[in-house]
Amino acid sequence: MAETAKLLGTKGSPYSHRAEVALRLKEANFEFLHEDLAHKSDMLLRYNPIHKKIPVLVHGEKSIVESLIVVEYVDEAFDGYAILPSDPYERAMARFWARYIDEKVIPAFWMSCWTDGEMQKGFIAQAKETLTTLEGQLKGKKFFGGDSIGFVDLAAGMVAFWFGILQEVAGINLLNEEDYPVLCRWADDYCSIEPVKESLLDRKLLVAHFASKKEKIFATKAPVYD
Amino acid sequence: MASEKGIKLLDFWVSPFGQRARIALAEKGVEYEHKEENLLAEKSELLLKSNPVHKKIPVLIHDGKPVCESLIIVQYIDEVWPDKAPLLPSDPYQRAQARFWADFVDKKVFECGGRLWKLKGEEQEAAKKEMIEILQILEAQLGDKKYFGGDTFGFVDVAFVPLTSWFYSCETCANFSVEAVAPKIVLWVQRCMERESVAKTLSDPKKVYEYVRFLKKRFRIE
Repeated sequence: MAETAKLLGTKGSPYSHRAEVALRLKEANFEFLHEDLAHKSDMLLRYNPIHKKIPVLVHGEKSIVESLIVVEYVDEAFDGYAILPSDPYERAMARFWARYIDEKVIPAFWMSCWTDGEMQKGFIAQAKETLTTLEGQLKGKKFFGGDSIGFVDLAAGMVAFWFGILQEVAGINLLNEEDYPVLCRWADDYCSIEPVKESLLDRKLLVAHFASKKEKIFATKAPVYD
Repeated sequence: MASEKGIKLLDFWVSPFGQRARIALAEKGVEYEHKEENLLAEKSELLLKSNPVHKKIPVLIHDGKPVCESLIIVQYIDEVWPDKAPLLPSDPYQRAQARFWADFVDKKVFECGGRLWKLKGEEQEAAKKEMIEILQILEAQLGDKKYFGGDTFGFVDVAFVPLTSWFYSCETCANFSVEAVAPKIVLWVQRCMERESVAKTLSDPKKVYEYVRFLKKRFRIE
C-alpha cells in the first residue's frame, strides 16, 4: 500500500516506541501523530474504541492496535527488513520472549520502582529473577534477534532505555553493569541503532517527565507516558 | 530430548488452553502423543524441563523442541502445517484482526470468568457486569458471521471456543444467562461443536462445573 501510514503515539511510551521503530526499520512512509493522553483525540477513540490506548497504526482506513500486534502487522505488510525470523520455531521463540517481557519483566520492574517496604522487596526479588532470565536469552548474541535487532529487541526497548530512567527517578539501582553486564551492553548497542535513536526522546526530558509525575505514579501505580 | 522425533502435547484434561492446541492439531490432521499432566500433584520432569520459565501446560514438543503458551502454539501449528485448514488468514490486516481478538479473549474472558466463580457478593456482581460487557463486545464482533473469521473456522474460534465450556459454571455460580446476553455466541458454539475437532476436544460443561466445585472446596480449605 503506497498510502502514508499514520502512527498515533507518544514519544514517552515504550509501546509506541515499538511501533515506531518497526516502521523505521522498514523505511516506511509514515506520519507520527502525537497524542495528548489526558485529552484523547477523536481519531484515537474512533480507531481504538475498545482499549482507547496508543499506539494505533492507521493504514488506509484500517487501524491496528496493541503494540506487538502492530509490529507483526508492519513486518508482514511492508517489504524490506525482516523483524521476525522466517523459521516457525524461531518465530514461536520470539513471540514467547516478547510475551515474557510484557507479562513478567515489565510489571516486576515497574512495581519495584513504585512500591516500598516489604512489597517492594518482593517485587525487586521478582524483577531480579526476570532480568536474569531475560539476560540468559542473549547467550553470546549481539541482539536477541541475532546479528541484527528483531522482534524481541523491540519488545525489550523499555528495558534498554526506560528502565534506567525509571530507576533513577525511583531511587533504586536494579539494572546495572555489575549485576547484568550482558543486558547493559545489549541496551547500549540497541539504543545506538539508527532507527532506534531516531525514535527516542532526549533522556533528560524523559527523566524530567517521570520525575514530575512521580507522586501520581506512586499513588496509582498507573503508567503516565505522555 | 533433542533427538526424539514426533509430536508430544503436555496437557491437563480440563484446561481450555490445552484444548486450543488439541483443536488446532485435529484440524490439521496431525498425529501426536497426548501426555496428561496431573496438575493437582507434582509436575513431571518433562514438563519442568520443557517449560522451565512458567512450568505450565500446554507445551507442544516437536522433534524434541518445546513450544509454550497456547496461542503461540496454535500459530506455530498453523505455520508448520500451512496447507490444511489454515487458521490465520493470509492478508496481513486480517491476521492483525485475528490476533487482536484472540488477545482480547485471552486477556478478558478467562480472568473475568475466574472471578465469577471464585468471588461472592459485590465483587462477584462487578465481575458479572464486566463479563456481560465482554460477551456483548464479542457478540457484536461475531455479528452474523458463521465464525469469527468469516466463513472458515479460524484462530479466534480456536482461541475462544474451549472457554465456552466454562459458561455453565459461570452462569450457575453467578446466576446469569449467557444466552440472554449473547444469543449469537451460543449459536456459534453449537456450530463449532459440529466440527469433529471441537466436539472431541471440549470438556462437558457439567464435568467442568464438578471440577470448579472441587476447586472452590480446595480454596476454602486453604
